Amino acid sequence: MSFKSYCFKKSLWLFHFGGASCNNCDIEILDCLTPRYDVERFGMILVGSIRHADVLLVNGSINKKDKPRLLEIYEQAPKPVLVVAIGACGCTGGIFAEGNTFAGPVDKIIPVDAYIPGCPPKPEAILAGVVKLMGKN
Amino acid sequence: MGSYLFYFLIYPGFLFAAVIGAFLSWFDRKITARVQFRKGPPVLQPFYDFFKLLLVKETILPARGAKGLFLAAPVFAVFGATMAGVFILLPLINITTGFKGDLIVIFYLLTIPSLCYVIGALASGNPLAAVGASREMKLIMSYELTFLLVLAGIIIKAGQSIDLYQIIQMQQEGTPFIGSISGILLFIVAIFCLQAKLAMVPFDMPEAETEICGGIFIEYSGTPYAMVKLSKYMLLFILPALVIAILMNGIRLEGLGILWAVLKLVAVVLLLTLIRNTNPRVKIKQAIRFFFVWMNLLAIIAIVLAIFGL
Repeated sequence: MSFKSYCFKKSLWLFHFGGASCNNCDIEILDCLTPRYDVERFGMILVGSIRHADVLLVNGSINKKDKPRLLEIYEQAPKPVLVVAIGACGCTGGIFAEGNTFAGPVDKIIPVDAYIPGCPPKPEAILAGVVKLMGKN
Repeated sequence: MGSYLFYFLIYPGFLFAAVIGAFLSWFDRKITARVQFRKGPPVLQPFYDFFKLLLVKETILPARGAKGLFLAAPVFAVFGATMAGVFILLPLINITTGFKGDLIVIFYLLTIPSLCYVIGALASGNPLAAVGASREMKLIMSYELTFLLVLAGIIIKAGQSIDLYQIIQMQQEGTPFIGSISGILLFIVAIFCLQAKLAMVPFDMPEAETEICGGIFIEYSGTPYAMVKLSKYMLLFILPALVIAILMNGIRLEGLGILWAVLKLVAVVLLLTLIRNTNPRVKIKQAIRFFFVWMNLLAIIAIVLAIFGL
């Protein structure tokens, strides 16, 4: 593994995009940052600006209003950026998949690097997904 | 000429200050994590962050901003931090610069990084960055006077000497300045000035992540942001080093003196970290009042006590 990808892997900064979410996944993502699970062990921190982000966490069903915003956020992110779809709504659409306003799961809009299914996924599942993401490149 | 370049680029200038500052940044994050009962990042985390930003990430330039100024500002911030670092650290490691009056120059050089952040933020053309920049400017105006009063107190205590080398020598022959009532008051004021200069939590309104999404640094990505991080690491080392030089006896790099030097540095950074972890962010109005009224009052009391030799 080269020095560059090692540094990238060791310092993934997270940016959280919540679509039309029921807030359950949001809370589970925040759980990962709490003392019990503490993703800062892996060098991950939550950043406020998309310009500093390396990982884009997307949860919630993406409806017609969210779609252009998600695209714009993705284009504003400095590459390389990894995208993680969290929860059943982010991965497939879940119970909203046949709704009127539904604009497609995340991977129909932007390329997705990791899927973490569950409604909501447990923090352990999110950490397992994160570890797989770090092993991927 | 060669030795000057060595001083500026390697020891005790750019490289040394950056490496020690990065370790102190890790220490700061680790203590923060321990205060919150977390485990905290690994030792080399600041280096991973820096090299990731420098080598891996793309640099995005704002479409409607002054691109040259936007890119130049972080470079000048690193330059200002390096220059200030050289002027502070050379007397500290017992090499005289032969420059009478370097305390005044240090005061000006330490303003350059903050000023460059303001210029870079305004050059990016982002409204949130403009909010952050205006807050940073107000913060600079409120703490600079206080910081100048602290230096004035030190100058009076050192018998009208504005040479950092002489100030350190005077303390090493007699007692450190912190060993008197006025010294303790000056130390308290200096610690709060450092907190504001480093934009740490009670005074972090310029970057306020939860409120204006990173504020002055919101548009920075990739290499320029790595430069910003680098200047922050260096400031985290040289500002505590300045406090050690002017109040706590300086350091002696022989035998047990090395241990004392490390302990002093760690103690000052620990104090800053604990203040940062036990306080909420204040509003800019409150910060200005805090410095203009209370800290200035404390500094003036300390100066009066220093004149009477207490």
